Amino acid sequence: MAGKPKVAFYWAASCGGCDIAVLEIREKLLDLAQAVDIVFWPVAMDIKYGDVEAMEDASIDACFFNGAIRNEENEHLARLLRAKSKTLVAYGSCAYVGSIPGLGNLSDRQEIFETVYNESPSTANPQRLLPETSYELAEGETELPAFFNTVKTLAQTVPVDYFVPGCPPQAHQTWAVLEAFLRGELPSPGSVIGAGEKTVCDECERVKEDKKVGQFHRVHEIIPDEKKCLLEQGIVCAGPATRSGCGALCPTANLPCRGCYGPPPGVVDQGAKLLSAVASVVDADTEEEAARIVSQIADPIGTFYRFGLASSLLRRRKLH
Amino acid sequence: MKKISIDPITRLEGHGRIDIFLDEEGEVANAYLVIPELRGFEKFCQGRPVEELPRITSRICGVCPEAHLMASAKACDAVYHVEPPSAGKKLRELFYSAFFVYDHTTHFYVLAGPDFIMGPDADPAVRNILGVINKVGVEVGGKVIEARARALDIIKMLGARPVHPISAIPGGMSKRLSKEERVAVEESARWLIDFAHFTIQLFGDLVLSNKEYVDLILSAAFTLPTYYMGLVDDNNKVNFYDGLVRVVDPDGVEFVKYAPHEYLDNVAERVEPWTYVKIPYLKKVGWSGFTGGKDSGLYQATPLSRLNAADGMATPLAQTEYERMYETLGGKPVHQTLATHWARIIEILYAAERLRELATDPEITDPNVRTIPTERPTEGVGIVEAPRGTLTHHYATDEQGLVTKCNLIVGTTNNIAPMSTSIRQAAHSLIKKGEVPSEGILNMVEMAFRAYDPCMSCATHALPGHMPLEVRILDRAGQLVERLSQGID
Repeated sequence: MAGKPKVAFYWAASCGGCDIAVLEIREKLLDLAQAVDIVFWPVAMDIKYGDVEAMEDASIDACFFNGAIRNEENEHLARLLRAKSKTLVAYGSCAYVGSIPGLGNLSDRQEIFETVYNESPSTANPQRLLPETSYELAEGETELPAFFNTVKTLAQTVPVDYFVPGCPPQAHQTWAVLEAFLRGELPSPGSVIGAGEKTVCDECERVKEDKKVGQFHRVHEIIPDEKKCLLEQGIVCAGPATRSGCGALCPTANLPCRGCYGPPPGVVDQGAKLLSAVASVVDADTEEEAARIVSQIADPIGTFYRFGLASSLLRRRKLH
Repeated sequence: MKKISIDPITRLEGHGRIDIFLDEEGEVANAYLVIPELRGFEKFCQGRPVEELPRITSRICGVCPEAHLMASAKACDAVYHVEPPSAGKKLRELFYSAFFVYDHTTHFYVLAGPDFIMGPDADPAVRNILGVINKVGVEVGGKVIEARARALDIIKMLGARPVHPISAIPGGMSKRLSKEERVAVEESARWLIDFAHFTIQLFGDLVLSNKEYVDLILSAAFTLPTYYMGLVDDNNKVNFYDGLVRVVDPDGVEFVKYAPHEYLDNVAERVEPWTYVKIPYLKKVGWSGFTGGKDSGLYQATPLSRLNAADGMATPLAQTEYERMYETLGGKPVHQTLATHWARIIEILYAAERLRELATDPEITDPNVRTIPTERPTEGVGIVEAPRGTLTHHYATDEQGLVTKCNLIVGTTNNIAPMSTSIRQAAHSLIKKGEVPSEGILNMVEMAFRAYDPCMSCATHALPGHMPLEVRILDRAGQLVERLSQGID
C-alpha cells in the first residue's frame, strides 16, 4: 500500500485512557484505517517491538506517543520511536506535561517501593522483598525494567514535534489533529495542537461577576451555585491557568477544572499561573489577611501542579 | 532449561509478559505472569485532600475509571462518616450500571468473542472483530457500536466526561439527573435489555450449540477450582455497587462474608522479586503457591466468581439466564474459566435491567443527591465490583482530611495468581514435548488468561486486531533458539 502515510500509536506510563480516546472518534476510525497504514499499535494490532526495531529510521510518518516516562522500558521505546518517526507527537497530558503519574516526583523510587511493598497494610512481606531488575528463579533468569526516581515528559527524553493536551484529549480534538495531519496542514513544529489558544474560563458558561473571595472551600464542603463561576464561589478552579480545548467539561458537573489541558499559551509554569490567578481573587486589604485566606487552600502543590508538576520549573521534590 | 517468553502481551491494560520455562525433556516446568510496571499511586496519593482521590485514582485506569471513581467515593464516604442521600446512591448505581454494559460489551465482542465466533484456531487474519462482523453480519456490528454509544452517553451525561468522569464525591454526586435526561436513560435501558438478550442468543447459537466449543470449555486445560469472591446484597444476590464481600470455597460453600472495613482480616498480598505487581490471597487459608483447591488461598474475582459466590441475580431476566447456565454446566460452582464469558453476558443483562429499574425509580430525579460531610475525617474503606473483580480502596487521613495512607487492591490484581496458574495449566496441557507450538496452540494459551479480561483495553474493537503474541524460545544461556509470531505476515 505505497503512498499511504504510516502511523504508529504507543502507550508508555499511562492508564490506557488515551488509547480509548483515539477510539472515541468512533466511526471515523474506519476513515482513518482507510487513509493510513497503522504500523504499530500494541493495544489493537499484532506488531512487536522487534518489528519496530527492524523498520528503517524515519519510516513512520507520525507516531502518537502517550504516557509519561517512568521506567527503562518507557525510555527505550521513546528513543526507538523517535528514531523511526518523521513526526513524533506527545499525545495526551502524561506525555505532554507528566500528568497524574508526574505526582510521583513528590517522592523517589525508594519511598514508593517502601510504601507499596512494605508499609501497605495488606502486604505480607516479612522478608522485605522488592522487585529486582534481574532475578534467578528456580527455572531460570527473569528481568524487569528499572524504575526511575523521576517521571519525565516525552520532550524531556527525546525531541518532540507536536503536543496534544488533555487527560485524555477529547475526541473532536483528536480527529481535528488527524485530519490536519492527513491534509498536510500541521503548523510549525513545536506547536501545541488539538486545543484552543485561550483558557478554560473562556469556554466556560458559568457567569463571572468579578467577585472577591474571603474564604476558600473544598469541593465536598459546599453545594455551589450551578450558574456562577466556581473560583468566585471560593472553590479553587484551574480554569484561568489551563489551555482551552476541552469545552470546559468539568464545571458542567459542578466540579472545578483541575488543569488537565496544561498551561495556556505563553505560560511556562501552570502552577505559578494558577497561584497568581487565585491570589488575584482574594478579598484582602493586607498581606497578612491575604496569606491567611490563601493558607485555607489544602495541598497547594497537589492542587496547583496536579497535572503539570513534571514539566514545571519545580519538576520534582529534591532527591536526598 | 528453555524459556518461552510471550512479550509483550499487549491487550493487557498496561504492560505484561508471560515466561514459560521448559525442562530438559521439553515439558512445561513452570509459567510466570510478569507485570513490568508500577506507577506508585499509593505513595503519591499521600498528602492529597481525600475528596480529590476520586479524580486522581480514576487515572489508574482509562478503561475502567468509573470503577475507581466509585470505590474511591465510597471510601471517602467512610472516611467522613457520611451517608449519601438515597437518590445520590441510586444515581451512582445507575451510572455504574451503564458502565458495566459498556465495558462488558466491549470485552465480549471485541476481545474474547472472536475466539469463539471464529474459532480458537481460525486464521488469525479473520480472528478479530472484522471477521466477527463478516460472519454474523454488518447489522450486528452496528448494534455493538450503538450499545457502546448509548451506555457511554449515559456515563457522559452524569460524569461530564466520556473518559475519566468525575461526578462522584464524598457524600454523593455533584450532578443530578434532570427529568429529560431520565427519559433518555430509560429509553436506552430498554434498548440495552434487548441487546443483552440478543447477545445471549448469539452466544447460544454460535458457542453452546457447537460441541467442539463446549468440549473446550469443559476441558481440564481450562478448569481451575479455587475460592470465588463477589459483592452480594442482603439477599446474597450479585451487586456491583454495594453490599458485603462473599467468598465461597471450591465446593461452593460460604467461607466468609465480610464488610469493606474487614478486608484486612481476609486478604493479604505477597511480594515477589520477579514482578512489580503484588499477589493477593485469602489470609485465613494462607499462601501455598500457584495452585488451586481448598488448601490454597487462591481466589478468583471475575464475572464467573461473582455468580459462583452469589445465590442468584436480583433481576428476573438475568436470574433465568443464571439458572440456565448452571443447569447446562452441571450445577454450582462452575470451575471452567472459559465459562466466564457466559457469566459476563448474563451480567450485561443484569446491568441493563438494573439500569431500567433505577431509571424508572420515582426518586431518581430527586435533586437531593449530596450530603455535606460534617464529621471529622478518619479512615475508611470503599469496595465495589469492577468488571474485572472486587475493587478495594482504603484511605486514612489527618484531621484536615489530607491522606496519610492509601491502599488499593485492584480488580485484575485479585486474579494474578489464578491467571498465572491457568496459563501454566493450559501451557502444560497444550504444549507437547519436543514440538514447536503452533499459532493455534499459542492462541489457546492466551485464551486461558483472556477469560479473566485482565483490564485489557476496551480499545481493540474497531480495527483488525487480535492478541499480538510473540514467542521466543531461548536456551539456558539466553540464546534465541526459535522465534514464532502469531498472525504476523
